[in-house]
Amino acid sequence: MDWLFVLMPIAGVKIFWPGLIILGIGVGVIGGFFGMGGAWMVTPGLNILGFPMAFAIGTDIAHMAGKSLISTMRHGKFGNVDYKLGMIMLIGTVVGFEIGAQMIMWLERIGQVGPVVRWMYLVLLALIAWMVFADVAKKRSKEREAVAAGKEVDKLSTGIEWHKTFHKIKIPPMVHFPAAQITCTAWLPIAVSFFTGWLAGILGIGGGLIRMPALIYLIGCPTHVAVGTDLFEVMISGLYGAASYTFKGRTELVAAIIMLIGAAMGAQVGSVATKYIKGYGIRIAFGLAVVGCFISVLLKLIPTYIPELYAICDLLATVLILGLVAAMSIYITVKMVQGAAKEVAMKKGKV
Amino acid sequence: MPVVKRLALTLTTLWLSAQTALAAGGGGEYIVIVADTRKLTGLMAWWANLYNESHLLFTLLTVVLIPVIGVIFGVLADYIMHFIGIDLSSRDLAEH
Repeated sequence: MDWLFVLMPIAGVKIFWPGLIILGIGVGVIGGFFGMGGAWMVTPGLNILGFPMAFAIGTDIAHMAGKSLISTMRHGKFGNVDYKLGMIMLIGTVVGFEIGAQMIMWLERIGQVGPVVRWMYLVLLALIAWMVFADVAKKRSKEREAVAAGKEVDKLSTGIEWHKTFHKIKIPPMVHFPAAQITCTAWLPIAVSFFTGWLAGILGIGGGLIRMPALIYLIGCPTHVAVGTDLFEVMISGLYGAASYTFKGRTELVAAIIMLIGAAMGAQVGSVATKYIKGYGIRIAFGLAVVGCFISVLLKLIPTYIPELYAICDLLATVLILGLVAAMSIYITVKMVQGAAKEVAMKKGKV
Repeated sequence: MPVVKRLALTLTTLWLSAQTALAAGGGGEYIVIVADTRKLTGLMAWWANLYNESHLLFTLLTVVLIPVIGVIFGVLADYIMHFIGIDLSSRDLAEH
């Protein structure tokens, strides 16, 4: 069975390569569907496969850049990427990220970095999960009211509409974003991306998990455009991150390429699945992913206060994350296959 | 000794002394990872040697290779999806 293992030339460890492909497929499907890099899912997976931690983050970012490129290409063809919005947001993201990273250095100096970051992350995840499910509940209540009043249900209606308040701000320059079909002050996406970039810098994450809901609830993007535009940002920041980590000697390109084989297929499945699943279906699944992430961070925080629970909490967090990746990617793949089969059958029926 | 060679030698000496001084002053905690090339052959050995010799070249090649490989795999997956009969140019569902 030696052929199932490949020697990593830089890290010097033998890795079970089918495991890398399976991990790539899983995070590719989820990333292409939700518009995020998914570093919080990849790192524990790489750890289990025996990857040294020194190389896990760099390798993850390198594969993420390639995977996001594939997903962005696909979403771009569906008209889901607002390039203008993405480019404007890049300014805020970069500046915000650097300030966040500097703040982390300061927290490190006063010795408060670990607990502050973990607690901030938990509060943020709880807030995002609440926002998503409150939005879904509000939309359903609006639909029920419309039915009770004998009116037609507006398919384009949304639950939480904070973006409408933000769109009332008319500070020049006003910009129109064609793919997102919104017109607002350019300062809105800059401010939002600065805030999400700052949070990502502080938390040490890529930021897709925060930016995707921010694009929906604060800027007012339709769900599909939020997913596509976020992936465009992940692609650029991923390439920058890959260059930075590789220059520090922390990237195992061979592993990243093997993961990309799986991620290329997965990213296509995830991106094409958005064609068959309604915007609110994506939001609900995203909310569940956030809840999973919340529980895994909580499990990592518990041993800080009760050290004897470290082993069990670590095991539970890993099982939870990998279980979540498997369950979500299977669900998305099934939906994609069902939708594609229906589409192909309809085409055949027309001929 | 030609001027260029002398200049290069002076700069190298200065750089090395600066590195030694930094290491002595507590900068020694920076971990340098060296790839073990003894068990590697062919392309893998070349890749590991490149890592050991120049992180800059290694980085440039990595940053070029990732998008290129991504595009190749993406186009391949596109071809397969087209072959199955999925319309990859439009999306009907437009609601929020």
